Parts: sequence; C-alpha cells; structure tokens
Amino acid sequence: MSEDQTNQSEQGLLWEVFIQSKPGIPHKHAGSVHAHDAEMALKAARDVYTRRREGVSLWVVPSNMIHATTEEEAESFFDPADDKAYRHPTFYTIPEGVKYL
Amino acid sequence: MTKEEALYEYLIRLGDNALILGQRLGEWCGHAHQLESDIAMTNVSLDLIGQARMLLTEAGEVEGKGRTEDVLAFHRNEFDFRNNLLVEMANGDFAQTITRQFFFDGFYYHLLQALKTSKNEFLQAFALKSIKEVTYHRELSADFVIRLGDGTEVSHEKMQHAVNLLWEYTGELFEMTEADEILIAEGMVPDLNDIKALWQEDVKAVLEKATLTIPDTQGYMATGSRKGNHTEYLGYILAEMQYYPRMMPDAKW
Repeated sequence: MSEDQTNQSEQGLLWEVFIQSKPGIPHKHAGSVHAHDAEMALKAARDVYTRRREGVSLWVVPSNMIHATTEEEAESFFDPADDKAYRHPTFYTIPEGVKYL
Repeated sequence: MTKEEALYEYLIRLGDNALILGQRLGEWCGHAHQLESDIAMTNVSLDLIGQARMLLTEAGEVEGKGRTEDVLAFHRNEFDFRNNLLVEMANGDFAQTITRQFFFDGFYYHLLQALKTSKNEFLQAFALKSIKEVTYHRELSADFVIRLGDGTEVSHEKMQHAVNLLWEYTGELFEMTEADEILIAEGMVPDLNDIKALWQEDVKAVLEKATLTIPDTQGYMATGSRKGNHTEYLGYILAEMQYYPRMMPDAKW
C-alpha cells in the first residue's frame, strides 16, 4: 500500500490519537482513527478510545504529519546513550510526593 | 386522569423513545461502514438504553403495580408503547439513521434542558444526568448531517432523500395530551410548543449549512403514537427485542 493510500482512503484521512489520562501529565499515543476532518477525528477518537474514562483530553494529528526515525538510523541515534550513566538523575534524592518522574 | 397517571404516561413516553431508538441503533453493531461509526452508533445506543432503564424503573414505581423495568420493556405489546413514530423508523442507510438521530437529538436536547428545572425530583435529576450524553449526541449527528449534506453529490442526494422521508414523522414529537396539561400546571414539564420553536431554529440552521431543504408536505404530519398507534416497524422491533425474555421469562444474566 502506498503512503497516499494509507492516508486518504474512502474512510477518510488517518489520524493518530493521543490521550491525556490526568491533568498535568503528557498525552500518550493510543492508536489511530479514520475521519474526514479534525473535528470528526476528535469525535471518533472519543468514541473509540475513551469509553472507559481513559482520558481528560484528546489530541488528534494527521498520521502523515508524523516523521519517524528509521530502523537504519537506530544505531547512530540511540546507541551512543548506552554508556552514559551519568545522565540519569540517580545522584539526586527525589523529594517525597513528586509524581511522574 | 390523576397526576400519577399523567406522570406514568410521560415517563413511558420518554422511556420508550430511549428504549426503541437504543434498540434501533444497536442494530448497527458490526454492520456500520467503518469501525468508527459502528462504535459511535452503539455508544449512543448504550447511553439511551441506560436512560430507558432509569425511566422505565421510575414509571413502574409511579404506576405502583409492581412492574419492573424488564416487565415494562419486554412484556408490553405494541399498543402499550408510547415512543414517537420517528424513533421506530428503519435504519435504512447511514443517511437515514443519522437524519433520524439529528431530528430526535434536537428535540430531546431542548426537552431535557427544560426538564432541568422540573418540579418533579426524578425528572430534574434525570435531566441533569442525561443532558451531558445528549449534548454529545446532538453535536455528533449535526456534524454528520452537515458533512454528508454538503459533501459529495451522492452523499447530498442520500441525505436529501432521508430528510424527505423522515420529515413527516417530526410533527408528533410535539403533540400534547391531557397528561402534558396536568404536568405543565404542576410545573413538572415544559409546553412542547416552546420546545418546537427551539427545535425548528436548530434544524433550520443545520440544514442550511448542510445545503439541505425541508420538503413541502403541505403541513401533513404523521400521527398516532400518543394513542399507541404505531407504524408496521414497531412489531418487528418488539419481536426481536422481546422474543427471548418471553420465551424464558425467568432468565437471568
């Protein structure tokens, strides 16, 4: 399937859905929906992905607007971080009550 | 007619609308043109079935003959149902389903808005709870009407056909009986003429955006449900919905 067909079919554009489960924390990718415009994509996302109180806020983004790294790039992109333990904040004590760190 | 009888009739009307439309929308489960619409329709269906349960339970209590929600839903016949003719109309294609929904949602939304200040405690609490669901239903169906009406040549044609087909079933949403008069005097329910004016404004605005026109039926509107006279569709809906509980009356989940 070509990229064009993936993004624009009889069912509409493909949109990626992001859900924020509680105020203040990041939106997380949940899946995708088909819709012909943003307003309908939000409604489709609401109906498909938030039936069980999964979220308090929704984002939808046209799938073809997302640029992703390729598998070939993975080595140069991510492996250099392997041996840099000093970048982890393990030398600090985290005050009690701090969430989502 | 006593106040209790009037209230029973009113609750049955609301409850049967929610029950029959919920059953109709449930027929889409697994059959809609895409997963998104399939879930959207069945979500609305579940909201309505939930509302029907509250309304029929309360109706049974007001009636005082020990009839539960299940007895009222599954052991009444066609002539005892008081849902509007509109909600029993066939699903047809998606254009017909969404047009039926759009006509109903506008009516139901404004009715619930008015019931939020009802002097009847149950109706007030019910309206406050259900208005959130129905506000969403109303937005969803209007969004679809606008996009399909003002969409492609084919979608426009299908939508106009649906509007022409269903228009004559909208008049009796606003018919009033002795029950309305009694409950209006008690401050429990609104005058449906007021709801009609709000509904007409809504419908006109959305249809205009959707480039759809209201058919000229020269004032003719179908009627009957207030007296229990239904279209041929209701019998088939009840046959499917009631078959199992009637065959196995004591069946439990």
